[in-house]
Amino acid sequence: MEDRNPIYLDYSATTPVDPRVADVMIPYLSEHYGNPASRSHPYGWTAEKAVENAREEVAKLVGADPREIVWTSGATESNNLAIKGAANFYANTKGKHILTIATEHKAVIDAVRELERQGFTATYLEPEPNGLVDLDKFKAAIQPDTVLASVMMVNNEIGVIQDITAIGNICRAAGVIFHVDAAQATGKVVIDLEQLPVDLMSFSAHKTYGPKGIGALYVRRKPRIRIEAQMHGGGHERGMRSGTLATHQCVGMGEAFRLARLEMATENERIRMLRDRLLTGLQGIEETYVNGDLEHRIPHNLNISFNYVEGESLIMAVKGIAVSSGSACTSASLEPSYVLRALGRSDELAHSSIRFSIGRFTTKEDVDYTIDLMKSKIEKLRELSPLWEMFKDGVDISKVQWAAH
Amino acid sequence: MAYSDKVLDHYENPRNVGSLDKNDPNVGTGMVGAPACGDVMKLMIKVNDSGIIEDAKFKTYGCGSAIASSSLVTEWLKGRTIDQAYAIKNSEIAEELALPPVKIHCSVLAEDAIKAAVADIKAKQLAAKVAA
Repeated sequence: MEDRNPIYLDYSATTPVDPRVADVMIPYLSEHYGNPASRSHPYGWTAEKAVENAREEVAKLVGADPREIVWTSGATESNNLAIKGAANFYANTKGKHILTIATEHKAVIDAVRELERQGFTATYLEPEPNGLVDLDKFKAAIQPDTVLASVMMVNNEIGVIQDITAIGNICRAAGVIFHVDAAQATGKVVIDLEQLPVDLMSFSAHKTYGPKGIGALYVRRKPRIRIEAQMHGGGHERGMRSGTLATHQCVGMGEAFRLARLEMATENERIRMLRDRLLTGLQGIEETYVNGDLEHRIPHNLNISFNYVEGESLIMAVKGIAVSSGSACTSASLEPSYVLRALGRSDELAHSSIRFSIGRFTTKEDVDYTIDLMKSKIEKLRELSPLWEMFKDGVDISKVQWAAH
Repeated sequence: MAYSDKVLDHYENPRNVGSLDKNDPNVGTGMVGAPACGDVMKLMIKVNDSGIIEDAKFKTYGCGSAIASSSLVTEWLKGRTIDQAYAIKNSEIAEELALPPVKIHCSVLAEDAIKAAVADIKAKQLAAKVAA
């Protein structure tokens, strides 16, 4: 096992670039190297055409007009541009309060925190224990001076899908600009911005088999949403995001999104089958808890806590698979995931959680290997665990008086 | 987190995992730590009539270093007198396993577990003497 690479089950962190995507990118590095902004020669025209084709593919996957797509460096930049850009543009007319969810990605949370430092106020609404936003609580959290709300479509840690239509309708009725981080959603759930009441939406290429370093922001045209640029320069992307476009990256994202559009229906069916197999296998282990709602969830994600097993030893135990843990294991201590904490999970359960994320290149054999590995390692760690022994003896561990140390 | 080879060896192949009969008058039990802190160690020792530790078993909920620290001390305890056991210092454990500074508390916990087990056996022996 030490001799081979661990099995990759961390598709929510990033995906490999699909070889078909890499193939179409390569000519735009050394062959068609023109600057897409060069208007005076064919080098520029070729690059511009490639960029615009790619923009159309991105738009097609999400039911948008290509003129509503702004290239960025990734979802973090898209989130920053949307949140800071819209909040600053509309602060004087709509107000200075921002509403978001406690389980958002750090790129949203920290962008809102930065706005707080600049004088905005913010609400970080706690989701329900299943990870979903309660619509009444969301509605109640809107204030007269709320300028912007930001809610992710699919959560990166637990994979739950928020009811974007319902949340968007609440925002529309209240005159609040609505931003959605959809980095984890493309190619996994159907997105139709013609129907969705969403003003701004962030996308990333590398979560959907495209390259890292490229993303996009959807900016609605009807009714038109304005944002203040965060990057100033040559006035690219209609002034919203200056900087020479990375043609090969744009082409890669376009091809990745085109493949997602054509293949997502069959791919998701296969992935759901693998997820069900993994879930059934892992549920054969006693005292396991799925984190987040199972129904309103992408099939790609399974986040499970294994009770009575300590987090750091669990991370050591699963070296044969590349997964993500609910504990950020720093050199000094374990930090439980803020997402799982927001769901009300205890520190112990948050620590003992593993996020399995399945993708395009996951096989049935990978899933079976993972189930066997988890079964044997959890069993071994529990054999070592005095807490497991107490649990088996019927002791209620929460009622034990532990000596402080 | 980089672990030393010795920690990895004890983590992969822990020695003397298990429990002894806690009602046996010759068995002392030490349980230290707390789940909320991320480590709980249970150490059990069996002492013969000449005061020599014949057997030692452990169970640990904790990180690799905590598992290794408790596994190591079960090896050290066998054949020692309870007074020799009581004299084991956490620094010896930390040195043997090359624990980094952030993991020193694991060796402290192992020392505490030994002291708690020895205290338990002494209390049992005293109670037996009083009863006789």
